[in-house]
Amino acid sequence: MNYLIIFITAVLVNNIVLSQFLGICPFLGISKRLDTAVGMSGAVAFVMVLATLITFLLQHYVLETLHIEYLQTIVFILVIAALVQLIEIMLKKSVPSLYQALGVFLPLITTNCTILGVAIMVIQKQMTLAESMVFAVATSFGFGLALILFAGIREQLALSEQPKAMEGTPIALITAGILAMAFMGFSGLVG
Amino acid sequence: MNSKLKIVYNGLVTENPTFVLLLGMCPTLGTTTSAHNGLAMGLATAFVLMCSNAVISLCKNLIPEKVHIPAYIVIIATFVTVVQLCMNAYTPALYETLGLFIPLIVVNCIVLGRAEAFASKHDVADSLLDGIGIGLGFTLALTLLGCVRELLGSGSLFGFVLLPEWTNMLLFVMAPGAFIALGLLIAVKNAINPSKS
Repeated sequence: MNYLIIFITAVLVNNIVLSQFLGICPFLGISKRLDTAVGMSGAVAFVMVLATLITFLLQHYVLETLHIEYLQTIVFILVIAALVQLIEIMLKKSVPSLYQALGVFLPLITTNCTILGVAIMVIQKQMTLAESMVFAVATSFGFGLALILFAGIREQLALSEQPKAMEGTPIALITAGILAMAFMGFSGLVG
Repeated sequence: MNSKLKIVYNGLVTENPTFVLLLGMCPTLGTTTSAHNGLAMGLATAFVLMCSNAVISLCKNLIPEKVHIPAYIVIIATFVTVVQLCMNAYTPALYETLGLFIPLIVVNCIVLGRAEAFASKHDVADSLLDGIGIGLGFTLALTLLGCVRELLGSGSLFGFVLLPEWTNMLLFVMAPGAFIALGLLIAVKNAINPSKS
């Protein structure tokens, strides 16, 4: 039951993009077309779950044992950067079809703040390993949901006429605002 | 204009990170619930930007081309940790409010972006000035957005009540208001200065 609450909270109530403001750059940058949005969501989900697992183990078995928690930021970002590189190399060799689909998005993920954000959040919230995994899966699902919904809206938006000054980013941000308002409706869902 | 001054002006106005380059959107939206928070976040980022720009510019010839990105990230993460520890020690309340966004300065695209685009090609003095310019430009944008949101959301500015009769539009303090306020600010900027692209 507890896991279900974590899942629903992370996907709908505290959506990583629309209420926590993490991962706005890919949210605005890669949402012009639906198929790239799907690819990016997949890549984020893949990296997020792996990165959270590894950083969780590092935090509890290395940083805390050696009492060097203050190195958290440096260690986490290095691990994530290395992990992304590693995944890229491994996918290229072993699963070329998946690499074709996700490849272009992988280098962008190192500076996607959702990955580092989730890695730090599970430590701050003192979750167990299982809770962290559920949280990572749910968060990446929430990211994908927001990104894909937004890409769908933007594909329509591109066909409509807008005031000159509003074209591009301004109208995208305001649309995101309205989408965030819709997600606020979920706020009473989990008590 | 003096070329040194031009570098600062470039960061502040011509290439303002928020309004022109559209980088670093997460802290821009996430921390600007009030003018005060926006200013604090801006200054924290500006400090990291200045230091990392200066150090990267000094080390640019020592770092092998192949590992330059990880090397830059380590340098940036070092200064972020410095900011983190200092804020935790001296301004614990602020550290609590800004929360996750302080460690996330590491992945702020502006910092790595300037390291790659400017500091790795220019000397120390220019890189430092670029850090100051871009940092102040970012601070300016965050403070401005913070002011708009605080004024509309609670009728005050930096905690001082300016509009006692104001009907608080709470929406602007909450998540959707951040998107909408920033969208409108960029639209205003585009209307005044449409020369971009």
